[in-house]
Amino acid sequence: MSEQLAEREPLLEVDDVTIKFGGVVALNGVDFTLYKGEILGLIGPNGAGKTTCFNTITGVARPTTGTIRFRGEKVVGKKRFQITRMGIARTFQNIRLFPEMTALENVLVGADARHKTSVVGALFRLYRVRVKPEELTEVTATGGMTRLAQQLSRTGQRFFGLSRHILEERAARAKGMELLQLVGIEGRAGELARNLAYGEQRRLEIARALATEPHLLCLDEPAAGFNPAEKESLLALIRKIRDTGVSILLIEHDMRLVMGVTDRIVVLEFGKKIAEGSPSEVRDNPAVIAAYLGVPTDAA
Amino acid sequence: MSTIMSSLRRADEGRARAMTGLRSRWSSLPRAWRIGAIGAFMVLLYSLPGLNIPLIKTPDTDFTSVLFLCAVYVLVAVGLNVVIGLAGLLDLGYIGFYAVGAYTVAILGSPNSPVVVKFPWIVCVPIAIAVAMLSGVLLGWPTLRLRGDYLAIVTLGFGEIIRVFALNSNITNGNRGINGVPVPSEANWPSWMTWFPYVSSEKQIFSVSNVIGFYWLALTLVVLCILGVRRLERSRVGRSWLAIREDEEAAEVMGVPTFKYKLWAFAIGAALGGLSGALFFSKQTFINAQGFDLFTSILWVAAVVIGGAGNQLGVAVGAILLAYLPERFREFADYRLLIFGVALIVMTIFRPQGLLPSRRRSVELEDRAKEASVVE
Repeated sequence: MSEQLAEREPLLEVDDVTIKFGGVVALNGVDFTLYKGEILGLIGPNGAGKTTCFNTITGVARPTTGTIRFRGEKVVGKKRFQITRMGIARTFQNIRLFPEMTALENVLVGADARHKTSVVGALFRLYRVRVKPEELTEVTATGGMTRLAQQLSRTGQRFFGLSRHILEERAARAKGMELLQLVGIEGRAGELARNLAYGEQRRLEIARALATEPHLLCLDEPAAGFNPAEKESLLALIRKIRDTGVSILLIEHDMRLVMGVTDRIVVLEFGKKIAEGSPSEVRDNPAVIAAYLGVPTDAA
Repeated sequence: MSTIMSSLRRADEGRARAMTGLRSRWSSLPRAWRIGAIGAFMVLLYSLPGLNIPLIKTPDTDFTSVLFLCAVYVLVAVGLNVVIGLAGLLDLGYIGFYAVGAYTVAILGSPNSPVVVKFPWIVCVPIAIAVAMLSGVLLGWPTLRLRGDYLAIVTLGFGEIIRVFALNSNITNGNRGINGVPVPSEANWPSWMTWFPYVSSEKQIFSVSNVIGFYWLALTLVVLCILGVRRLERSRVGRSWLAIREDEEAAEVMGVPTFKYKLWAFAIGAALGGLSGALFFSKQTFINAQGFDLFTSILWVAAVVIGGAGNQLGVAVGAILLAYLPERFREFADYRLLIFGVALIVMTIFRPQGLLPSRRRSVELEDRAKEASVVE
């Protein structure tokens, strides 16, 4: 098993990370490695430092000591949006969508992380790109001014190309719908995020994170508040996402979900790593059992 | 692929559903009709000074001048809307940028300023826009890390600093001010314009006694700026601004360089403010530090909020009301602060989303009302 792992390419390396908030040690010398293509579970009792660990990886919190490397590059010290562009995306434990934007627009904000157009490009649209024949405006009208206008714009596009802004926008909308379809809420694309049901909002968060084209997707308790049926479909969704080539770091309280979907598990308690291994190894680890169920008094 | 396209279409329909009655009826019209209607409206706006519409004419002031003032205020509101309505940054010192733009044109273009070289208007204005933009960036760089109330206080201070500087500096001629601010062009109307005696009553396009040239120029710039801001609104930039307004931290984590886009909002707002200042004072031809006071800044913010922050049409209406009403009803002009204050209070109680709200805000507030009624 370990030989097999050594051959695999490490994606995220957390090395001896310690975080202190004043006198409180939230993380204490935590280290683990996430390999490309795997689903790694991060579990632990409440207050174990799981979310802090997440925040450190995504740049929200800064470690006091220790380093984090992502695809060989240092993460610590980078700005949060830069980390996103390096390929780490996340969802939030307490949902943080943009409530007054539609579901599709929420996803587009994520997709924008990969776009090059900025103020000047959107305003003047001078950066032209040669278009493929199938991307030209279709002449659909049978006659009249509309047909003439369509023909004119088609000819114009053939000569001057299309602006990168428009092509990006088009591609992003198509990709956004695809992602909404993947998480199963494409029918709600035009709805304001705040009007979506709770489960739909959780799914939209995943779609928005995926839109940033991550290598690593960090899910912070994605099943919180879900019923068993919803959990089951979430499980399927997580596997589907992994199969598209995205590695996943998963914080979850629901043991069945964690045991069912993860390849390996890291267990934290009081900011320290107490165990690491495959789900079955972790399940039988006495330290983990002690952390979750307590130690019998006679053994202590 | 086709399923995606059809769901995209459905998404657009969903967006249409989210709009209020009048708006959805407008957007359901055929495109050609909409273009035609807008064209007709534009013709109406351009010919407004010549049309003798009795009720809207201002009895005590030159009507074209009032229209020009309206256009300048709309330009101000469009710029302020980028900062307040789209990016959600409260700027109480917007008049500072207006002053920077105006003074730059005056100092560079007037022969009576300490800068002896006299540049033509067409050179001065781009410089004025650039200087205003630069002042926006310089103000924004250290302050945009602040949030909400703190930013408002700092910008308020900025506006006052500019005013006090203009009052005391040598380069602005202190309180004596600068006269001879350049007009856009010394050119005359082309000869065929004599067909329209109302327009060409003065030989020069930009003359003091018939300001229709100024009005047309201002209106054209307003249209261009509205179209430009609309393009930004519907691009990655506008989305980033909205995301920042909604949840800055989440936006940053989703890959939005929030500081950069807040700075852009500030810079674009400042540029539009500078342009409107430059425009207004090339008609006035005289500038001094009077009139760059805090109250005007606050009135502009009030106009944006009353009109409907986030919606360009709304803020334009707010700005026109602010410019037009005191001129139309001269006897109440002294009470305009009071009237706008009362209007603001009444609005926050009965129509907090503004006269013509942005789609989002109206839906948001409707929903809140529904939720409130459910709770009751």
